[in-house]
Amino acid sequence: MWIYQKTLQYPVKVDTINPQLAQMMLEQFGGPDGELSAGIRYLTQRYYMPLNEAKAVLTDIGTEELAHWEIIGTIAWKLVKNAPMEKIRGTAFEGHFANCGRNPFPHNAAGVPWTAGYIAVKSDPVADLHEDMAAEEKARATYEHLIQLSEDRGVNDTLSFLREREIVHFQRFGETLDKVQEYMSRKKYY
Amino acid sequence: MNGQGDNDVERLQAIQFSILDLNLYLDTHPADKKAMMDFDALMKQFEMEKRNFESKYGPLANYGYSPSQYPWQWINAPWPWEMR
Ligand SMILES: [Fe+2]
Repeated sequence: MWIYQKTLQYPVKVDTINPQLAQMMLEQFGGPDGELSAGIRYLTQRYYMPLNEAKAVLTDIGTEELAHWEIIGTIAWKLVKNAPMEKIRGTAFEGHFANCGRNPFPHNAAGVPWTAGYIAVKSDPVADLHEDMAAEEKARATYEHLIQLSEDRGVNDTLSFLREREIVHFQRFGETLDKVQEYMSRKKYY
Repeated sequence: MNGQGDNDVERLQAIQFSILDLNLYLDTHPADKKAMMDFDALMKQFEMEKRNFESKYGPLANYGYSPSQYPWQWINAPWPWEMR
């Protein structure tokens, strides 16, 4: 069960109208290492998890990722909502506009639609938690690329917050992996 | 929301972020007594801020987690993607 709260997790203050940048933001809305992938990956991996700590971490980080997905959608929306057609024509956002108009859609920066092929479940906590840790590092690296692409100060402030969250998530998944490995070696020898 | 409203939302976001981050920490450190005490203190502060926020701007959460005056206030703007 989920409850919706009618605020973003972190403020989104967009300073410019920039459809080109909006298209780049969609990398984290519907790309392989984006927030949608992260949320669905973690929430999907919970069922078989052997430790309560792991179930809690996947539930809570998965939920936070959905809040981040909403933040990215809001950035992309604010960058285009008041954009006149002459600022859309000839940009990377043009193809998105042809199909979806100004509303965001889960595809990556190149327009490739989101797919569950971006996530995995192995019912093996060591394998899955390693995937999750790698996913956090890849999300961090993607945010660093986006910060290099963006010259919008407001957007970059929010992207820096999201980048830091990936570092915290990596840390929590690492602690979870330690606990799982300790649990599994105990199970083997006693 | 603008002006004072911005500050109220940001105060709420800040305290809720502290709670969320501490929640994740406690998931992997469930026996940290000091962190639990911090969590309790933050929760009390949040309950106060939430009540104050809702009396000014209406329900914060759906499905019975927030009260509404008549008529049903949940549908009112601004939605999160519409706030400045
Ligand atoms: Fe993350």
